[in-house]
Amino acid sequence: MNHFDLVVVGAGIMGVTAALRAADGGMRVLVLEQDSAGSRASGVNAGTLSLQIKRVSLMRYALAGYAWWKDAGDAVGFKRTGSYTLAFNASEEALLDERMRLKIAAGAPIEFVSPATVRAAESALCDRIVSATYCADDGHADSTRTGVYLRALLHDAGIELRERSALLGIDVGGVGYTLRTAHENVTSTNLLLATGAWLKPTAALLGADLPIEVRVNTVTATERGPSLLGAGVGHATGLLTLKQKSNGSFLIGGGWQGRGSPETGRGEVVGETLLQNLRLARFAVPGIVGFRILRSWTGFEAFVPDHYPLAGELPGIPRAYVLGCVRGGYTIGPCIGTLMGDRILGREPALPLFDPARVMKPQIAMHENIDSPLRTRSPTLPIA
Amino acid sequence: MKKNGSDIVVLGAGPAGSAAAVEASALGLYVTLFDENPVAGGQVYRQSPGIRSTASSQEQVQGDALGAALTASTVDKCFEHRVWQVERLQSGFAVHAVGPEGPVVREARALIVASGATERQFPIAGWERQGVLSLAGATVLIKSQRMLPGRNVVVAGSGPLLMVVAAAIIEGGGTVAAVIDANPRRAWWADMGALASRPDLLARGAGWIRTLVAHRVPMLFSHVLRRIDGNPAVSRVEAVPIGAGGAPLPDAQALSIQCDSVCTGFGLLPSTDVTRLVGAAHIFDAVRDTWQVKIDADQRCSLAHLYACGDGTGVAGAAAAPWQGRVAALAAAHDLGILSLGVAVEKMRPARRQRDIAARFGMAMARLANVRPNMVEGITDATVVCLCEGITRATLDAAIDLGCVTQNDLRSATRCGMGPCGGRLCEDVTSRLIAARTGLSRQVIGQPTGRPPLRPVDLNTLAGTFDYDSLPMAQPSPL
Repeated sequence: MNHFDLVVVGAGIMGVTAALRAADGGMRVLVLEQDSAGSRASGVNAGTLSLQIKRVSLMRYALAGYAWWKDAGDAVGFKRTGSYTLAFNASEEALLDERMRLKIAAGAPIEFVSPATVRAAESALCDRIVSATYCADDGHADSTRTGVYLRALLHDAGIELRERSALLGIDVGGVGYTLRTAHENVTSTNLLLATGAWLKPTAALLGADLPIEVRVNTVTATERGPSLLGAGVGHATGLLTLKQKSNGSFLIGGGWQGRGSPETGRGEVVGETLLQNLRLARFAVPGIVGFRILRSWTGFEAFVPDHYPLAGELPGIPRAYVLGCVRGGYTIGPCIGTLMGDRILGREPALPLFDPARVMKPQIAMHENIDSPLRTRSPTLPIA
Repeated sequence: MKKNGSDIVVLGAGPAGSAAAVEASALGLYVTLFDENPVAGGQVYRQSPGIRSTASSQEQVQGDALGAALTASTVDKCFEHRVWQVERLQSGFAVHAVGPEGPVVREARALIVASGATERQFPIAGWERQGVLSLAGATVLIKSQRMLPGRNVVVAGSGPLLMVVAAAIIEGGGTVAAVIDANPRRAWWADMGALASRPDLLARGAGWIRTLVAHRVPMLFSHVLRRIDGNPAVSRVEAVPIGAGGAPLPDAQALSIQCDSVCTGFGLLPSTDVTRLVGAAHIFDAVRDTWQVKIDADQRCSLAHLYACGDGTGVAGAAAAPWQGRVAALAAAHDLGILSLGVAVEKMRPARRQRDIAARFGMAMARLANVRPNMVEGITDATVVCLCEGITRATLDAAIDLGCVTQNDLRSATRCGMGPCGGRLCEDVTSRLIAARTGLSRQVIGQPTGRPPLRPVDLNTLAGTFDYDSLPMAQPSPL
């Protein structure tokens, strides 16, 4: 039987957590994935779980997402290490001060600490710290384990996952949505597009034009070495994330840009940019000099002009939802995905969602041929 | 063209790359040649033993001539440079390297990749022990450093290099406890047609065998090592017979052999790191059982102005490599507008012919250096497959059962191939393990994504000296 209450396109963190919630609410759910579960942004990011680098108005979502990763625990290599955000000059100090005060007010357990305190706790850090903040809850997980973990969650919930099933087209009408892949056609009453960097072309299959652009973030891993650093390290500008994993290797990120595009599927590390990222890392943690670089890679991160998430129904396309463009999506993703699941179930989400209509040009109602039951927005499914 | 730009950058100064560089510069192109070693020659001309060269061999004569031509040429020779990243630009390529004076970047209109091959390994229980070496590593040790891997050595694996290393150990005063070849004895005769095209090399092969026979070295065909014991260094091995497909024979008696070192290898794998990094198409060669970069008859890859030559395009041997290099240089010269089509074709014709004749012998040799299809059955659960990260077969099989059916999935789930070797030592066998467990073909399983740096690079060397206040900071992230 190839009809589902909900088909989720994209087996990343957000698509899978939405699928889990919808299935928990009684829906028959299928997840389609063009590659492997959790293999794109969900699995190639630096694994940073830091409240200090979350946007002020997303803090409540970040706290809930953080709790989800903490619950996942050893299965994803969750570690609560604490982390410092550092400023090395007056302008960075001003930036840190302004930003962290707002984040503290938004509920993040962040505190200002003196440079001497930082150096006493972490002797491997630079001695030119001007000001710093600390968040004891910050930590990291192994993003490489995301795929295995998400697959296990889906399996345990009895949700079918079809990997290597790229979406070729969507037909609207009749029983709802018909999704065409290279292997088969499936139909669904509800449709959730959670395709990350591919959200723009996927939504375009429904005629929706989303103003999505894509960042190409670089992450670098070093070889293993002696333990130098317990806490995570960030920079006032947000341009550095750095941590030493329990196996002794460092992970260095901070959103330095490579090049490439989701259309070609290929991201490329830009050598000159990588060097700047490594310089900032070496400045912040001088002890890293003895380590060799083993690997650098890129991951795509989609965003819209206001840098807030898209999470809601597409205007004029009933029961077709989009979910993505979450800044800090690794931490926040499980929260927004779960809220999205509630919304699809017809429940009131515990936190407000992010209507995609705000970033779209006003459009004429597009799909006049949709059968009337599909237009009904009220919940039609029993809620557990 | 920027002032740090070249017409062509050639990666690798082995026989293929050197020939390509000499040919292209002779046509008036500005060529930069990168190699990690202090001199040209690559793996072939540097090492003296064996079919891959000896003092009097045809390869060495060619090598000496090519080295002289390179010295006399206008090629910008960047030896002792470790290339760590190759980027695709709007038009052409940017090659990043670290040399004696720190990081350098060279842009080029065209790129010729001649990065050769690496030795294929196959896991054996206990191969992480002290005293286990690759055949290539043993060769370097014996000939360059004049040291023996041990006093009493087992040489095991497949292919002609077994005989080369065993003979070299004896000539160096050591003892060979046994030569253990996964191939049946008759495999050597099956390719005799192609081998006969090089009577000089056949004669040399006969010489090694005479040496082994004269020293009464036990030679076990259709056998593999089942385990390597010792604490901590190697003290004995167990060899078992295998069937035609490569699986251990049931109820077969294991043979225990005392030794203090094991040298092992199963032929060569084309190096595809650079071509994967830039996103060129690759093909799986079912005959040689390896992935290699896809090329046309003129050594062009699937991307504009990208060429490949030498063993990276499929192991064909040292004799074919310079001809491949010449064809690549001529194709590039034509594509860059230096040579008319007519002249290019005219010049290419003899080089192509020579290349194809030479490749026949090399491919026959490559066929002898294989991993038999069912040999994976002999890998026990506790055997370490990824030496860098210490990942066992059991761990990999568990991840495969959880749905990790691509190389990238398996790496992410287990960290296999994510250590300093970058997966060079294990990616051939992990692909075989996925195939064995899922029934998927190795073509479908694919290769892992290529990622820089091509080899580990020191962070401090890359970062160089800098002033914090001049770091180009982007806009802070949105508040």
